[in-house]
Order: sequence, then C-alpha cells, then structure tokens
Amino acid sequence: MKSKQKKWYDYLWIMSLLYLLLGFFNILFAWLGLICFVVPLLISIWKGNKGYCNHYCGRGQLFALLGNKLKLSRQRNIPAFLRSNWFRYGFLTFFLIMFGNMLFSTYLVFSELRSLNEVVTLMWTIKLPWNWAYQGTRVIPGVAQFAFGFYSLMLTSTLLGMVTMVLFRPRSWCVYCPMGTMTQAVCKIKHKN
Amino acid sequence: MSIQKRKRYASIDKKECVACGSCIKICPLAAITVPKGIHAEVNRNQCIGCGKCLKSCPASVIEIVDEVMHKEDISYEKQTKKVV
Ligand code: SF4
Ligand code: SF4
Ligand code: SF4
Repeated sequence: MKSKQKKWYDYLWIMSLLYLLLGFFNILFAWLGLICFVVPLLISIWKGNKGYCNHYCGRGQLFALLGNKLKLSRQRNIPAFLRSNWFRYGFLTFFLIMFGNMLFSTYLVFSELRSLNEVVTLMWTIKLPWNWAYQGTRVIPGVAQFAFGFYSLMLTSTLLGMVTMVLFRPRSWCVYCPMGTMTQAVCKIKHKN
Repeated sequence: MSIQKRKRYASIDKKECVACGSCIKICPLAAITVPKGIHAEVNRNQCIGCGKCLKSCPASVIEIVDEVMHKEDISYEKQTKKVV
C-alpha cells in the first residue's frame, strides 16, 4: 500500500489562519488575499485543472482540519439544493456583484468622492468597527479602503464556511465556494472540445 | 461451472461532482484524480472500496458499489449493487 507523505503544500492552512490574524492587527495585509483569487484562476486558465483546490488551497485544508481533527463537523450530507447549479452559479454571481460593489467604493475613496470608512462588513450588512487595524497616513486612503473591503469578503466567506463545516461536512464550503465554481467553469470551457 | 469475481470500488456521480479534491487528499491508495478540473475519476484497479473518500466528499456524490461477475459458460454477467 502506498502510504501518503505530507507535502509542503499540506501546511498551507497555516497561511489561511495567519491571513485572518494579520488582518486583525493591520488591515493592509488583506491585500495578500488577492493571491487566493489570482492563483486558482491562472492555474485553471493555463493548466486547465483545479490544481489549486485539489492541492494548495489552505482554506479547504483549514475546514478539513477543524471538521475532522477537532471533530467540529456533524458530518451530514449537504442538502441537494446547495450543490445545484443554480445555487452555485447564483452565489458566484452574487459574490461577483458584491466584489464589483466593493471595487466601486474603493474607486470613490481613490477619487476623493468619499472618505475612508474604517469598518469591516460581515455578511454584507453587519458593520464592525475595525479602526485599530489601520494607523492612518502610510498609504493613500483608497488602498486602505480596498483592504477593508477585501478583508470583509474573506471574513464573511470564512464565517459561511465555518457554519456549513459544522452543519454538514468539513469542506462543505467547497461546494459553493465562488473560486471553486469559477475554476471548474473555466475548466469546462477549456475542455469543451 | 460458475466462477465468481467480486470487486468493490468507489463510483462518482460525475455530473454532481464539484471537483474540490477532498477525495484525492483522503484516499490512502491514490486511486482518485481530478484530471481536467471538471470531476473526479476513480482508478478501479487501484481502489479497494474502503469508503474513506465517500465520507470526506462535501457534495456527497460518491457511493461504493459491489460488482459481482458470474461466469456462466462463456458469458460474464455483471451485477452492480450500491453497498453504502
Ligand atoms: S473550492 Fe474554494 S475553498 Fe475549496 S479548495 Fe477550492 S478555492 Fe479552496
Ligand atoms: S470529494 Fe466529492 S465533490 Fe470533491 S472531487 Fe471528490 S467526488 Fe468530487
Ligand atoms: S474507496 Fe478508498 S481506495 Fe477507493 S477511491 Fe475511495 S478512498 Fe480510495
């Protein structure tokens, strides 16, 4: 029997955890989250596979760890509608619209039409004061605004992933994760012929 | 004379698979791959039907089937049965 050796990328969950912690102390670290957006897409476009999800994604690993090792998951089947195409693509669309909305807010702050809003918004509605994580004038306000917006998205998706990790299987988030859906769609298009 | 061959393996509902790769990580025999990023595929020669992948699949699209082959004279009759 071939025994499975841990590879370097099996520890990337530490990065995901570190990311959330760093954003708590300094919001500008939120920019690093762009890696989790760009790398999966580039892999799917260039290589035509989901190498990121299948091997490197720290977030998937983190949920697996919490659900399996820490036994936080109820290990139940996910309701069928959550894995249906309309829900997965619907959630992706919603996510992209909210992403666009966040970019627009960033643009407004960049062009000084609006002042910097030092809040992290959970679930696109609950505003949490987060002003300790940004000490003023080191960067232009637009750069900080993007960081607040991006961190909000990352924290919201982590929270949603945690809830479905507990309710269903550890990696339930992967069923409706916008990056997972998007990279699978890219692969489908790429391998159409 | 009837010769019986049994094989137990994981079977994936390819239409519903989200290609996340949780099954790849858990399979002790490296019997699963997601070659084109669209759905997982099981190498039946390697799979022993242990069911670990089934328990880890967040989309619940894996089942374990038992394949029984009867050899009646010269023809094989294949029966598959879902066991989990
Ligand atoms: S589906 Fe999302 S969370 Fe899951 S492995 Fe892929 S990118 Fe990571
Ligand atoms: S764990 Fe399930 S959904 Fe994910 S790739 Fe394997 S069979 Fe597909
Ligand atoms: S049943 Fe066991 S051996 Fe077969 S693919 Fe699943 S985990 Fe691997």
